[in-house]
Amino acid sequence: MSGADVVIVGGGHAGAQAAIALRTNGFTGSVAMIGRESEPPYERPPLSKEYFAREKTFDRLYIRQPQFWGEKEVELKLGVEVTAVDPAARSLSLSDGSTYTYGKLIWATGGDPRRLACKGADLAGLHAVRTRADCDQLMGEIDGGVRNIVIIGGGYIGLEAAAVLTKLGCKVTLLEALPRVLARVAGPDLSAFYEKEHRDHGVDLRTSVAVESIEGEGRVTGVKLADGEVIPAEAVIVGIGIVPAIGPLIAAGAAGANGVDIDEFCRTSLPDVYAVGDCAAFACDYAGGTVMRVESVQNANDQATCVAKAICGDEQPYHALPWFWSNQYDLKLQTAGLSVGYDATVTRGDPATRSFSIGYLKGGKVIALDCVNSVKDYVQGRKLVEAGVSPDPAQLADPAVALKDVALR
Amino acid sequence: MESIEFTVIGRDGAESKLAAAAGLSLMEALRDSGYDELLALCGGCCSCATCHVVVEAGPERLRSVGGDDENDLLDSSDHRAAGSRLSCQLILDAEAAGMVVRIAAED
Repeated sequence: MSGADVVIVGGGHAGAQAAIALRTNGFTGSVAMIGRESEPPYERPPLSKEYFAREKTFDRLYIRQPQFWGEKEVELKLGVEVTAVDPAARSLSLSDGSTYTYGKLIWATGGDPRRLACKGADLAGLHAVRTRADCDQLMGEIDGGVRNIVIIGGGYIGLEAAAVLTKLGCKVTLLEALPRVLARVAGPDLSAFYEKEHRDHGVDLRTSVAVESIEGEGRVTGVKLADGEVIPAEAVIVGIGIVPAIGPLIAAGAAGANGVDIDEFCRTSLPDVYAVGDCAAFACDYAGGTVMRVESVQNANDQATCVAKAICGDEQPYHALPWFWSNQYDLKLQTAGLSVGYDATVTRGDPATRSFSIGYLKGGKVIALDCVNSVKDYVQGRKLVEAGVSPDPAQLADPAVALKDVALR
Repeated sequence: MESIEFTVIGRDGAESKLAAAAGLSLMEALRDSGYDELLALCGGCCSCATCHVVVEAGPERLRSVGGDDENDLLDSSDHRAAGSRLSCQLILDAEAAGMVVRIAAED
Protein backbone atom coordinates (compact mmCIF):
# COMPACT_ATOMS: atom_id res chain seq x y z
CA MET A 1 0.00 0.00 0.00
CA SER A 2 1.35 3.43 -0.90
CA GLY A 3 1.14 6.57 1.11
CA ALA A 4 2.91 9.69 2.34
CA ASP A 5 3.77 11.38 5.61
CA VAL A 6 1.60 14.32 4.66
CA VAL A 7 -1.21 13.92 2.18
CA ILE A 8 -2.88 17.04 0.83
CA VAL A 9 -6.30 16.54 -0.70
CA GLY A 10 -7.08 19.26 -3.21
CA GLY A 11 -4.85 20.99 -5.74
CA GLY A 12 -6.13 24.54 -5.56
CA HIS A 13 -4.57 27.56 -3.89
CA ALA A 14 -4.76 26.04 -0.41
CA GLY A 15 -3.35 22.67 -1.40
CA ALA A 16 -0.53 24.20 -3.41
CA GLN A 17 0.46 26.57 -0.64
CA ALA A 18 0.37 23.78 1.94
CA ALA A 19 2.92 21.85 -0.11
CA ILE A 20 5.08 24.89 -0.83
CA ALA A 21 5.04 26.00 2.80
CA LEU A 22 5.91 22.51 4.07
CA ARG A 23 9.04 22.58 1.96
CA THR A 24 10.00 26.19 2.64
CA ASN A 25 9.63 25.46 6.36
CA GLY A 26 12.00 22.53 6.10
CA PHE A 27 9.69 19.53 6.09
CA THR A 28 11.71 16.58 4.77
CA GLY A 29 9.10 13.80 4.94
CA SER A 30 7.14 12.60 1.96
CA VAL A 31 4.36 14.83 0.65
CA ALA A 32 1.61 13.93 -1.80
CA MET A 33 -1.13 16.03 -3.29
CA ILE A 34 -4.29 14.43 -4.60
CA GLY A 35 -6.34 16.54 -6.99
CA ARG A 36 -9.29 15.62 -9.11
CA GLU A 37 -8.44 18.02 -11.94
CA SER A 38 -5.83 16.91 -14.41
CA GLU A 39 -3.91 20.20 -14.16
CA PRO A 40 -1.20 20.97 -11.63
CA PRO A 41 -2.26 23.79 -9.30
CA TYR A 42 -3.22 27.03 -11.02
CA GLU A 43 -4.62 30.37 -10.01
CA ARG A 44 -8.38 30.46 -10.01
CA PRO A 45 -9.23 34.19 -9.82
CA PRO A 46 -8.15 34.85 -13.44
CA LEU A 47 -10.76 32.33 -14.65
CA SER A 48 -13.37 35.06 -14.32
CA LYS A 49 -10.96 37.86 -15.22
CA GLU A 50 -7.73 37.88 -17.27
CA TYR A 51 -7.92 34.31 -18.54
CA PHE A 52 -11.58 34.62 -19.46
CA ALA A 53 -10.85 37.93 -21.18
CA ARG A 54 -7.93 36.23 -22.99
CA GLU A 55 -5.43 38.68 -21.61
CA LYS A 56 -3.42 35.85 -20.07
CA THR A 57 -2.71 32.40 -21.44
CA PHE A 58 -3.16 29.37 -19.21
CA ASP A 59 0.56 28.66 -18.82
CA ARG A 60 0.86 31.95 -16.95
CA LEU A 61 -1.70 30.81 -14.39
CA TYR A 62 0.32 27.96 -12.92
CA ILE A 63 0.99 28.61 -9.24
CA ARG A 64 4.31 26.90 -9.96
CA GLN A 65 5.67 25.52 -13.21
CA PRO A 66 4.65 21.86 -13.62
CA GLN A 67 8.19 20.57 -13.02
CA PHE A 68 8.39 22.39 -9.66
CA TRP A 69 6.42 19.74 -7.80
CA GLY A 70 8.76 16.95 -8.77
CA GLU A 71 11.80 19.06 -7.93
CA LYS A 72 10.37 19.64 -4.46
CA GLU A 73 9.48 15.97 -4.12
CA VAL A 74 5.78 16.60 -3.92
CA GLU A 75 4.02 13.65 -5.50
CA LEU A 76 1.09 14.84 -7.61
CA LYS A 77 -1.75 12.39 -7.99
CA LEU A 78 -3.98 14.19 -10.46
CA GLY A 79 -7.28 13.20 -11.96
CA VAL A 80 -8.29 11.18 -8.91
CA GLU A 81 -10.66 11.92 -6.10
CA VAL A 82 -10.78 10.79 -2.50
CA THR A 83 -13.98 8.83 -2.01
CA ALA A 84 -13.58 7.77 1.62
CA VAL A 85 -11.44 8.50 4.66
CA ASP A 86 -10.66 5.89 7.31
CA PRO A 87 -9.33 7.89 10.25
CA ALA A 88 -8.51 4.78 12.33
CA ALA A 89 -6.40 3.19 9.61
CA ARG A 90 -5.23 6.62 8.39
CA SER A 91 -6.04 5.67 4.87
CA LEU A 92 -7.91 7.11 1.93
CA SER A 93 -9.93 5.32 -0.72
CA LEU A 94 -9.40 6.84 -4.13
CA SER A 95 -11.65 6.95 -7.17
CA ASP A 96 -9.21 4.75 -9.11
CA GLY A 97 -9.86 1.93 -6.61
CA SER A 98 -6.57 2.26 -4.76
CA THR A 99 -5.94 3.14 -1.15
CA TYR A 100 -3.41 5.62 0.10
CA THR A 101 -2.19 6.11 3.66
CA TYR A 102 -1.35 9.31 5.48
CA GLY A 103 0.51 10.37 8.56
CA LYS A 104 -1.18 13.74 8.53
CA LEU A 105 -3.98 14.78 6.24
CA ILE A 106 -4.61 18.30 4.95
CA TRP A 107 -8.09 18.59 3.48
CA ALA A 108 -8.05 21.45 0.98
CA THR A 109 -10.78 20.51 -1.44
CA GLY A 110 -12.61 23.81 -1.81
CA GLY A 111 -16.09 23.38 -3.13
CA ASP A 112 -18.28 22.42 -6.02
CA PRO A 113 -20.33 25.05 -7.80
CA ARG A 114 -23.84 25.01 -6.43
CA ARG A 115 -26.22 23.77 -9.11
CA LEU A 116 -29.66 24.99 -9.95
CA ALA A 117 -32.43 22.79 -8.61
CA CYS A 118 -35.02 23.75 -11.22
CA LYS A 119 -36.18 22.00 -14.38
CA GLY A 120 -33.66 22.19 -17.20
CA ALA A 121 -30.67 22.47 -14.88
CA ASP A 122 -28.95 19.61 -16.74
CA LEU A 123 -29.23 21.10 -20.23
CA ALA A 124 -26.14 21.68 -22.36
CA GLY A 125 -25.04 25.29 -22.40
CA LEU A 126 -25.15 25.73 -18.63
CA HIS A 127 -21.79 26.65 -17.18
CA ALA A 128 -20.06 27.12 -13.88
CA VAL A 129 -16.88 29.17 -13.54
CA ARG A 130 -14.75 27.23 -11.11
CA THR A 131 -12.22 25.25 -13.13
CA ARG A 132 -10.17 25.65 -16.26
CA ALA A 133 -12.41 23.10 -17.95
CA ASP A 134 -15.51 25.14 -17.08
CA CYS A 135 -13.94 28.25 -18.47
CA ASP A 136 -12.56 26.63 -21.64
CA GLN A 137 -15.95 25.17 -22.44
CA LEU A 138 -17.62 28.53 -22.11
CA MET A 139 -14.91 30.29 -24.12
CA GLY A 140 -15.28 27.66 -26.81
CA GLU A 141 -18.98 28.41 -27.09
CA ILE A 142 -18.29 32.13 -27.39
CA ASP A 143 -15.74 31.39 -30.12
CA GLY A 144 -18.46 29.37 -31.78
CA GLY A 145 -20.69 32.43 -31.96
CA VAL A 146 -22.64 32.42 -28.70
CA ARG A 147 -23.42 36.03 -27.80
CA ASN A 148 -26.63 36.01 -25.80
CA ILE A 149 -25.77 35.01 -22.24
CA VAL A 150 -27.77 34.92 -19.04
CA ILE A 151 -25.86 34.93 -15.78
CA ILE A 152 -27.68 33.57 -12.75
CA GLY A 153 -26.25 34.98 -9.52
CA GLY A 154 -25.03 38.44 -8.63
CA GLY A 155 -22.00 37.50 -6.57
CA TYR A 156 -18.41 38.26 -7.50
CA ILE A 157 -18.19 35.44 -10.07
CA GLY A 158 -21.34 36.55 -11.86
CA LEU A 159 -20.40 40.20 -11.84
CA GLU A 160 -16.83 39.61 -13.00
CA ALA A 161 -18.08 37.36 -15.78
CA ALA A 162 -20.59 40.02 -16.82
CA ALA A 163 -17.82 42.61 -17.04
CA VAL A 164 -15.68 40.40 -19.27
CA LEU A 165 -18.57 39.27 -21.46
CA THR A 166 -19.79 42.79 -22.20
CA LYS A 167 -16.23 43.66 -23.18
CA LEU A 168 -16.25 40.67 -25.54
CA GLY A 169 -19.39 42.06 -27.17
CA CYS A 170 -21.92 39.68 -25.64
CA LYS A 171 -25.43 40.65 -24.64
CA VAL A 172 -25.61 39.92 -20.94
CA THR A 173 -28.58 39.54 -18.63
CA LEU A 174 -27.76 39.08 -14.96
CA LEU A 175 -30.38 37.70 -12.59
CA GLU A 176 -30.14 37.98 -8.82
CA ALA A 177 -32.71 36.36 -6.54
CA LEU A 178 -32.11 38.76 -3.65
CA PRO A 179 -33.03 42.45 -3.72
CA ARG A 180 -29.42 43.44 -4.44
CA VAL A 181 -26.17 42.03 -5.82
CA LEU A 182 -23.30 41.12 -3.48
CA ALA A 183 -25.84 40.85 -0.67
CA ARG A 184 -23.88 38.14 1.12
CA VAL A 185 -20.59 40.02 1.24
CA ALA A 186 -21.16 43.78 1.08
CA GLY A 187 -23.44 46.55 2.25
CA PRO A 188 -26.25 48.11 0.18
CA ASP A 189 -24.17 51.11 -0.93
CA LEU A 190 -21.57 48.97 -2.64
CA SER A 191 -24.30 46.84 -4.18
CA ALA A 192 -26.04 49.90 -5.60
CA PHE A 193 -22.77 51.19 -7.02
CA TYR A 194 -22.01 47.95 -8.86
CA GLU A 195 -25.58 47.58 -10.08
CA LYS A 196 -25.34 51.01 -11.72
CA GLU A 197 -21.92 50.28 -13.20
CA HIS A 198 -23.12 47.10 -14.84
CA ARG A 199 -26.25 48.74 -16.17
CA ASP A 200 -24.17 51.61 -17.53
CA HIS A 201 -22.08 49.02 -19.37
CA GLY A 202 -25.17 47.56 -20.97
CA VAL A 203 -25.89 44.63 -18.67
CA ASP A 204 -29.59 43.94 -18.20
CA LEU A 205 -29.25 43.49 -14.45
CA ARG A 206 -32.34 42.42 -12.55
CA THR A 207 -32.69 41.87 -8.83
CA SER A 208 -35.42 40.09 -6.83
CA VAL A 209 -36.08 37.74 -9.72
CA ALA A 210 -36.79 34.06 -9.27
CA VAL A 211 -35.77 31.57 -11.95
CA GLU A 212 -38.56 29.12 -12.68
CA SER A 213 -36.78 26.85 -15.14
CA ILE A 214 -34.21 26.60 -17.87
CA GLU A 215 -35.86 26.21 -21.25
CA GLY A 216 -34.61 24.17 -24.18
CA GLU A 217 -34.40 20.70 -25.63
CA GLY A 218 -30.98 19.21 -25.19
CA ARG A 219 -29.50 22.66 -25.11
CA VAL A 220 -30.55 25.85 -23.35
CA THR A 221 -32.59 28.35 -25.34
CA GLY A 222 -33.85 30.56 -22.55
CA VAL A 223 -34.38 31.20 -18.87
CA LYS A 224 -37.94 31.29 -17.63
CA LEU A 225 -38.68 33.56 -14.70
CA ALA A 226 -41.35 33.05 -12.03
CA ASP A 227 -43.52 35.71 -13.68
CA GLY A 228 -43.55 33.71 -16.90
CA GLU A 229 -41.14 35.83 -18.93
CA VAL A 230 -38.61 33.83 -20.92
CA ILE A 231 -35.26 35.50 -21.46
CA PRO A 232 -33.61 34.08 -24.58
CA ALA A 233 -30.18 32.60 -23.88
CA GLU A 234 -27.62 30.74 -25.95
CA ALA A 235 -25.64 30.00 -22.80
CA VAL A 236 -26.19 30.37 -19.07
CA ILE A 237 -23.60 30.93 -16.38
CA VAL A 238 -24.61 29.72 -12.95
CA GLY A 239 -22.73 31.57 -10.22
CA ILE A 240 -24.74 30.91 -7.10
CA GLY A 241 -22.00 29.94 -4.71
CA ILE A 242 -20.25 26.73 -3.82
CA VAL A 243 -21.03 23.67 -1.77
CA PRO A 244 -17.98 22.71 0.30
CA ALA A 245 -16.49 19.41 -0.88
CA ILE A 246 -16.40 17.65 2.46
CA GLY A 247 -18.51 14.52 1.94
CA PRO A 248 -15.85 11.90 2.71
CA LEU A 249 -14.65 13.73 5.83
CA ILE A 250 -18.15 14.12 7.24
CA ALA A 251 -18.90 10.49 6.43
CA ALA A 252 -15.76 9.59 8.39
CA GLY A 253 -17.17 11.36 11.44
CA ALA A 254 -15.64 14.83 11.20
CA ALA A 255 -17.75 17.57 12.77
CA GLY A 256 -19.21 20.08 10.36
CA ALA A 257 -22.21 21.06 8.32
CA ASN A 258 -21.63 24.02 6.02
CA GLY A 259 -17.91 23.31 5.86
CA VAL A 260 -15.84 20.99 8.00
CA ASP A 261 -15.31 22.48 11.45
CA ILE A 262 -11.78 23.44 12.40
CA ASP A 263 -10.31 24.93 15.55
CA GLU A 264 -7.91 27.86 15.75
CA PHE A 265 -5.08 25.58 14.62
CA CYS A 266 -7.06 24.44 11.56
CA ARG A 267 -7.56 20.98 13.10
CA THR A 268 -10.72 19.04 12.36
CA SER A 269 -12.28 16.78 14.99
CA LEU A 270 -10.48 13.78 13.44
CA PRO A 271 -6.94 13.01 14.66
CA ASP A 272 -4.16 14.45 12.50
CA VAL A 273 -6.64 15.76 9.96
CA TYR A 274 -6.49 19.46 9.15
CA ALA A 275 -8.76 21.42 6.84
CA VAL A 276 -8.00 24.71 5.12
CA GLY A 277 -9.48 27.14 2.64
CA ASP A 278 -12.97 27.40 1.19
CA CYS A 279 -14.12 24.07 2.66
CA ALA A 280 -13.28 24.87 6.30
CA ALA A 281 -15.59 26.55 8.83
CA PHE A 282 -14.01 28.29 11.76
CA ALA A 283 -14.78 30.84 14.47
CA CYS A 284 -13.40 33.85 12.68
CA ASP A 285 -11.69 36.47 14.85
CA TYR A 286 -12.47 39.14 12.30
CA ALA A 287 -16.18 38.32 12.37
CA GLY A 288 -16.67 38.48 16.13
CA GLY A 289 -16.16 34.74 16.45
CA THR A 290 -18.89 33.83 13.96
CA VAL A 291 -18.36 30.31 12.66
CA MET A 292 -18.09 30.68 8.90
CA ARG A 293 -16.22 29.74 5.79
CA VAL A 294 -14.11 32.42 4.13
CA GLU A 295 -13.82 31.95 0.38
CA SER A 296 -10.70 33.77 -0.72
CA VAL A 297 -7.17 33.25 -1.93
CA GLN A 298 -5.92 35.00 1.19
CA ASN A 299 -7.68 32.60 3.52
CA ALA A 300 -6.68 29.53 1.50
CA ASN A 301 -3.09 30.63 1.46
CA ASP A 302 -2.76 31.75 5.06
CA GLN A 303 -4.54 28.75 6.57
CA ALA A 304 -2.37 26.44 4.49
CA THR A 305 0.75 28.19 5.73
CA CYS A 306 -0.55 27.97 9.31
CA VAL A 307 -0.94 24.18 9.02
CA ALA A 308 2.37 23.64 7.25
CA LYS A 309 4.17 25.54 9.99
CA ALA A 310 2.37 23.56 12.69
CA ILE A 311 3.46 20.31 11.05
CA CYS A 312 7.01 21.67 11.03
CA GLY A 313 6.79 22.33 14.78
CA ASP A 314 5.75 25.99 14.83
CA GLU A 315 2.12 25.83 15.93
CA GLN A 316 0.40 29.23 16.04
CA PRO A 317 -3.33 29.97 16.04
CA TYR A 318 -4.73 31.26 12.77
CA HIS A 319 -5.29 34.98 12.96
CA ALA A 320 -4.83 36.53 9.53
CA LEU A 321 -6.64 39.63 8.35
CA PRO A 322 -9.12 38.67 5.62
CA TRP A 323 -8.64 40.57 2.40
CA PHE A 324 -10.02 40.16 -1.06
CA TRP A 325 -10.07 41.81 -4.44
CA SER A 326 -12.37 41.93 -7.45
CA ASN A 327 -11.70 43.56 -10.81
CA GLN A 328 -14.66 44.58 -12.95
CA TYR A 329 -14.32 46.94 -15.92
CA ASP A 330 -11.77 49.55 -14.82
CA LEU A 331 -12.82 49.20 -11.19
CA LYS A 332 -10.40 47.77 -8.68
CA LEU A 333 -12.21 46.69 -5.54
CA GLN A 334 -10.10 45.78 -2.55
CA THR A 335 -11.60 44.72 0.73
CA ALA A 336 -10.10 44.30 4.17
CA GLY A 337 -11.81 42.62 7.10
CA LEU A 338 -15.30 41.15 7.10
CA SER A 339 -18.44 43.24 7.42
CA VAL A 340 -20.35 40.51 9.31
CA GLY A 341 -22.53 42.12 11.98
CA TYR A 342 -21.80 45.76 11.16
CA ASP A 343 -24.13 48.36 12.66
CA ALA A 344 -23.09 51.46 10.71
CA THR A 345 -21.29 52.43 7.54
CA VAL A 346 -19.29 55.45 6.52
CA THR A 347 -18.70 56.37 2.89
CA ARG A 348 -15.51 58.23 2.08
CA GLY A 349 -15.74 60.11 -1.18
CA ASP A 350 -18.47 60.23 -3.78
CA PRO A 351 -19.29 56.94 -5.55
CA ALA A 352 -20.16 59.02 -8.63
CA THR A 353 -16.44 59.78 -9.01
CA ARG A 354 -15.80 56.00 -9.14
CA SER A 355 -13.18 56.32 -6.44
CA PHE A 356 -14.44 55.90 -2.89
CA SER A 357 -14.45 53.58 0.07
CA ILE A 358 -16.97 52.29 2.53
CA GLY A 359 -16.07 51.63 6.13
CA TYR A 360 -18.12 49.14 8.14
CA LEU A 361 -18.35 49.82 11.85
CA LYS A 362 -19.47 47.72 14.78
CA GLY A 363 -19.75 49.41 18.13
CA GLY A 364 -17.61 52.22 16.73
CA LYS A 365 -14.78 49.92 15.63
CA VAL A 366 -13.82 49.64 11.98
CA ILE A 367 -14.36 45.98 11.13
CA ALA A 368 -14.13 46.13 7.34
CA LEU A 369 -13.48 48.36 4.35
CA ASP A 370 -14.54 48.11 0.73
CA CYS A 371 -12.30 50.33 -1.37
CA VAL A 372 -13.10 51.05 -5.02
CA ASN A 373 -10.25 52.57 -7.01
CA SER A 374 -8.92 53.76 -3.70
CA VAL A 375 -5.76 51.83 -2.99
CA LYS A 376 -4.55 54.36 -0.47
CA ASP A 377 -7.61 53.84 1.71
CA TYR A 378 -7.21 50.11 1.40
CA VAL A 379 -3.58 50.16 2.43
CA GLN A 380 -4.10 52.53 5.33
CA GLY A 381 -7.51 51.19 6.32
CA ARG A 382 -6.26 47.62 6.72
CA LYS A 383 -4.28 48.80 9.69
CA LEU A 384 -7.39 50.24 11.34
CA VAL A 385 -9.19 46.91 10.91
CA GLU A 386 -6.22 44.94 12.17
CA ALA A 387 -5.84 47.14 15.20
CA GLY A 388 -9.59 47.02 15.93
CA VAL A 389 -9.66 50.73 16.72
CA SER A 390 -12.52 53.24 16.91
CA PRO A 391 -11.80 56.29 14.76
CA ASP A 392 -13.44 59.67 15.02
CA PRO A 393 -16.55 59.31 12.82
CA ALA A 394 -16.34 62.78 11.28
CA GLN A 395 -12.71 62.31 10.27
CA LEU A 396 -13.39 58.81 9.03
CA ALA A 397 -16.05 60.22 6.72
CA ASP A 398 -13.78 62.97 5.42
CA PRO A 399 -11.81 61.82 2.38
CA ALA A 400 -9.49 64.78 2.86
CA VAL A 401 -8.20 63.12 6.03
CA ALA A 402 -5.97 60.15 5.21
CA LEU A 403 -6.98 57.01 7.09
CA LYS A 404 -3.55 56.81 8.64
CA ASP A 405 -4.11 60.25 10.17
CA VAL A 406 -7.64 59.72 11.47
CA ALA A 407 -7.92 60.45 15.18
CA LEU A 408 -8.85 57.51 17.37
CA ARG A 409 -11.31 57.66 20.21
CA MET B 1 11.52 34.95 -27.50
CA GLU B 2 14.29 37.16 -26.24
CA SER B 3 15.78 36.06 -22.94
CA ILE B 4 16.56 38.70 -20.33
CA GLU B 5 19.35 38.02 -17.85
CA PHE B 6 19.49 39.67 -14.46
CA THR B 7 20.66 39.06 -10.89
CA VAL B 8 18.48 38.21 -7.92
CA ILE B 9 19.34 38.43 -4.24
CA GLY B 10 17.08 36.20 -2.16
CA ARG B 11 15.95 36.82 1.41
CA ASP B 12 18.81 34.60 2.54
CA GLY B 13 21.26 36.97 0.86
CA ALA B 14 22.25 34.47 -1.80
CA GLU B 15 22.84 35.96 -5.23
CA SER B 16 22.01 34.17 -8.44
CA LYS B 17 21.71 34.85 -12.14
CA LEU B 18 18.36 34.37 -13.76
CA ALA B 19 17.18 34.40 -17.35
CA ALA B 20 13.55 34.79 -18.32
CA ALA B 21 11.57 35.55 -21.43
CA ALA B 22 10.97 39.17 -22.32
CA GLY B 23 7.34 40.13 -21.82
CA LEU B 24 6.92 38.19 -18.59
CA SER B 25 6.63 40.14 -15.39
CA LEU B 26 9.51 39.97 -12.95
CA MET B 27 7.07 38.37 -10.49
CA GLU B 28 6.39 35.51 -12.91
CA ALA B 29 10.11 35.05 -13.54
CA LEU B 30 10.85 34.89 -9.81
CA ARG B 31 7.93 32.56 -9.08
CA ASP B 32 8.98 30.24 -11.88
CA SER B 33 12.57 30.21 -10.60
CA GLY B 34 11.81 28.95 -7.13
CA TYR B 35 11.66 32.14 -5.08
CA ASP B 36 8.95 30.72 -2.89
CA GLU B 37 9.29 33.50 -0.35
CA LEU B 38 7.63 35.77 -2.91
CA LEU B 39 3.95 35.10 -2.24
CA ALA B 40 2.44 37.17 -5.08
CA LEU B 41 -1.01 36.33 -3.79
CA CYS B 42 -3.12 38.34 -6.20
CA GLY B 43 -1.42 36.74 -9.17
CA GLY B 44 -0.10 39.96 -10.61
CA CYS B 45 -3.08 42.30 -10.83
CA CYS B 46 -1.61 44.96 -8.52
CA SER B 47 -4.10 44.29 -5.73
CA CYS B 48 -1.77 43.30 -2.90
CA ALA B 49 1.82 44.00 -1.98
CA THR B 50 3.14 40.48 -1.57
CA CYS B 51 5.58 40.56 -4.48
CA HIS B 52 7.72 43.45 -3.24
CA VAL B 53 11.28 43.66 -4.56
CA VAL B 54 13.94 46.34 -4.56
CA VAL B 55 15.71 47.09 -7.83
CA GLU B 56 19.16 47.70 -6.41
CA ALA B 57 20.76 48.45 -9.75
CA GLY B 58 19.16 49.16 -13.06
CA PRO B 59 17.77 51.95 -15.18
CA GLU B 60 15.82 54.65 -13.39
CA ARG B 61 12.63 53.77 -15.25
CA LEU B 62 12.63 50.29 -13.71
CA ARG B 63 13.51 51.63 -10.28
CA SER B 64 10.49 53.94 -10.36
CA VAL B 65 6.91 52.87 -9.64
CA GLY B 66 4.63 52.37 -12.60
CA GLY B 67 1.60 54.19 -11.21
CA ASP B 68 -0.37 55.45 -8.23
CA ASP B 69 -1.78 52.05 -7.28
CA GLU B 70 1.65 50.50 -7.13
CA ASN B 71 2.95 53.47 -5.19
CA ASP B 72 0.14 53.29 -2.64
CA LEU B 73 0.48 49.52 -2.21
CA LEU B 74 4.23 49.84 -1.64
CA ASP B 75 3.46 52.33 1.11
CA SER B 76 1.97 49.43 3.06
CA SER B 77 5.42 47.91 3.45
CA ASP B 78 7.68 48.71 6.37
CA HIS B 79 10.58 47.85 4.10
CA ARG B 80 10.06 50.29 1.28
CA ALA B 81 13.34 51.61 -0.09
CA ALA B 82 14.68 53.49 -3.09
CA GLY B 83 14.03 51.21 -6.05
CA SER B 84 11.10 49.41 -4.42
CA ARG B 85 8.72 47.85 -6.95
CA LEU B 86 5.91 45.38 -7.05
CA SER B 87 7.55 42.78 -9.23
CA CYS B 88 4.24 42.00 -10.97
CA GLN B 89 4.34 45.52 -12.42
CA LEU B 90 7.87 45.28 -13.78
CA ILE B 91 7.73 43.78 -17.25
CA LEU B 92 10.99 42.28 -18.42
CA ASP B 93 12.40 44.02 -21.48
CA ALA B 94 15.81 44.75 -22.95
CA GLU B 95 16.42 47.50 -20.42
CA ALA B 96 16.00 45.03 -17.57
CA ALA B 97 19.02 43.06 -18.72
CA GLY B 98 21.76 43.27 -16.13
CA MET B 99 19.61 44.70 -13.34
CA VAL B 100 20.03 43.55 -9.77
CA VAL B 101 16.90 42.93 -7.74
CA ARG B 102 16.56 41.98 -4.11
CA ILE B 103 13.51 40.28 -2.64
CA ALA B 104 12.27 42.68 0.02
CA ALA B 105 11.94 41.55 3.63
CA GLU B 106 8.62 40.04 4.67
CA ASP B 107 6.08 42.41 6.20
